[in-house]
Amino acid sequence: MSQGPAPATAPPEASKSGLKAWLTADVALSTTQAAAQRAYFSWLRFQANPLALAGLVVLVLLLLMAIFAPLIATHDPLLQNLEHRLQPSSARHWLGTDEVGRDVFSRIVYGSRVTLYIVLLVALIVAPIGLVVGTVAGYFGGLIDTALMRITDVFLAFPGLVLALAFVAALGPGLENAVIAIALTSWPGLARLARAETLVVRSSDYIAASRLQGASSFRIIWRHIMPMCLPSLIVRVTLNMAGVILTAAGLGFLGLGAQPPMPEWGTMLSTGRRFMLDHWWIAAYPGIAILLVSLAFNLFGDGLRDVLDPRSEG
Amino acid sequence: MSAEGTVGVGRQRHGGAWVARSKAAGRLAVTVFVTLIGLLLLTFLIGRVMPVDPVLAIIGDQADEETYRKVFTQLGLDRPLYMQFLYYLHDIFTGNFGTAIATGHPVVQDIARVFPATMELATLALIGGVLFGVPLGILAAVYRGSWIDHLVRIFGLLGYSIPNFWLGLMALVVFYAGLGWIGGSGRISFHNIGVVEPVTGSVLLDAMIAGNWEVAEDAFRHVVMPALILANTSMAYISRMTRSFMLEQLNQEYVTTARIKGLSGARVTWHAFRNIGVQLLTVIVLAYGGLLDGAVLTETVFGWPGFGQYLTAGLLTGDMNVVLTCTLMIGVIFLSLNMLSDMLYRVLDPRTK
Repeated sequence: MSQGPAPATAPPEASKSGLKAWLTADVALSTTQAAAQRAYFSWLRFQANPLALAGLVVLVLLLLMAIFAPLIATHDPLLQNLEHRLQPSSARHWLGTDEVGRDVFSRIVYGSRVTLYIVLLVALIVAPIGLVVGTVAGYFGGLIDTALMRITDVFLAFPGLVLALAFVAALGPGLENAVIAIALTSWPGLARLARAETLVVRSSDYIAASRLQGASSFRIIWRHIMPMCLPSLIVRVTLNMAGVILTAAGLGFLGLGAQPPMPEWGTMLSTGRRFMLDHWWIAAYPGIAILLVSLAFNLFGDGLRDVLDPRSEG
Repeated sequence: MSAEGTVGVGRQRHGGAWVARSKAAGRLAVTVFVTLIGLLLLTFLIGRVMPVDPVLAIIGDQADEETYRKVFTQLGLDRPLYMQFLYYLHDIFTGNFGTAIATGHPVVQDIARVFPATMELATLALIGGVLFGVPLGILAAVYRGSWIDHLVRIFGLLGYSIPNFWLGLMALVVFYAGLGWIGGSGRISFHNIGVVEPVTGSVLLDAMIAGNWEVAEDAFRHVVMPALILANTSMAYISRMTRSFMLEQLNQEYVTTARIKGLSGARVTWHAFRNIGVQLLTVIVLAYGGLLDGAVLTETVFGWPGFGQYLTAGLLTGDMNVVLTCTLMIGVIFLSLNMLSDMLYRVLDPRTK
């Protein structure tokens, strides 16, 4: 890679700051530089998409909100104050108060923690399962492939929410069980994707070469196939998160997800529902929060796909 | 392959195609059968992993040891798991899905009663999704990269990102409580219940058939908002797929030829559109399955007495007979729709022959 001759005329960027010159040099002199350059150009492509950038900004804000929730929230999210119940927006309660006088704004701020918790946990459970099932099925083929794909077919034969509801019914309501239920319903799509990617790279020369050198199947899958599946998998997981948030909120709304008084956005909608016809803000703001974050994941995922996985546009 | 070779094996090829087709059909049948058994196994296992003791659910925690053991044996819980599964299969194939706690009726009977309401809602939503989604998708493809395309894309992304149950709640706040344009909970106002004879399962159609326009208007005011909100997701899906199918066609050479020949933009679009019909049909069939999923929350929000509300009511009372039967039924419908979509594609698209 780094053997090519240096360009005869230095590009104009070279005269700018050192870092930028290093990042945009025509010839990378080390693997670190090559990797940094690739990341830099990916970033340039990503930031050319304003909608994807907006998605990223929302997600970063969500993260900051979750980390600094105690500093941002104006009230204790669980503190009831029956004297101030069902109040509209005011200087004291920015987004009003709910049916037991809790501050809606503070509850939404703390709710970001619950949302991030759900999203991260689902991603951590689902991505490895999908990756392992998909790569193993794709690499070994034959009976193993058939068996694993039939199992994914069974899971895919149910629409997501209905299957999640059945799992929650069996496991009992609660945040952790909702996470498990959602994870159980969302791994098959990822397994399918990882399998498709594996089928593409399985017959590559470099796989044959490492097999000839005596590498074990485990090593080939772990070192040579899984890394190839990662970009498209990351994109899909990101896009899935939008749906995960909606399902989690839906479960909360039905009273089967996070339980009151936890400030989960779907649960807030569920408890505020009885009062919303006269006090719309109780239901309006948590819903807007769900919409914003779900939309942000969709926009960010779309942008990520253009950068990481340009083949699958559509 | 040489020309004479193809002519020579013409007959044989025809026979070969038939064999290949029956093989494909056979393979599909086996896949569907295995998946169906898988569905049953999954619902069976969900029923088993339930931490709630099924015996205690029946006799309560006050019963003595002997009663417990008796019911335990009656339910067949002393048998090995595979035997229990076989008994479960036997029950399912003889139509015994158990009784619902809330109504005291067999679950199948309950579902047969509530399902027409869901069908009415989902069908209207599908019509809405197609009426809005297809033209939007075509516009986005024809004006690719323009502001129309971006607008349709944002619209579609919103459709995927918006929590429909929240949209329903807001619609009730604005159009029911605020403006009074739409009806509230249920399929029809209280005073109109039972006024028209049920014929089709759709209250709206029944009222129109009976010529009772007052009831028809009432039914319409009740169904329009849940149907529109349910249509939202399928519209996003249908418009996105229409756009990508249309783009594929518009990049074909016959479109270029048609343009060079001087055909108007509308004629060219019509040419291309006729060629996406089959793909579009398969997508619409799949969208219908998605609507049944979406109906669960939409029905709960609008108090629509359909299958979704029945399922959530069962969930809240912890009635596993109801939950598992509904889950199984939706799984079977979903599987059938997938198969139908697959078959439509094979039968209607000449390229797959």
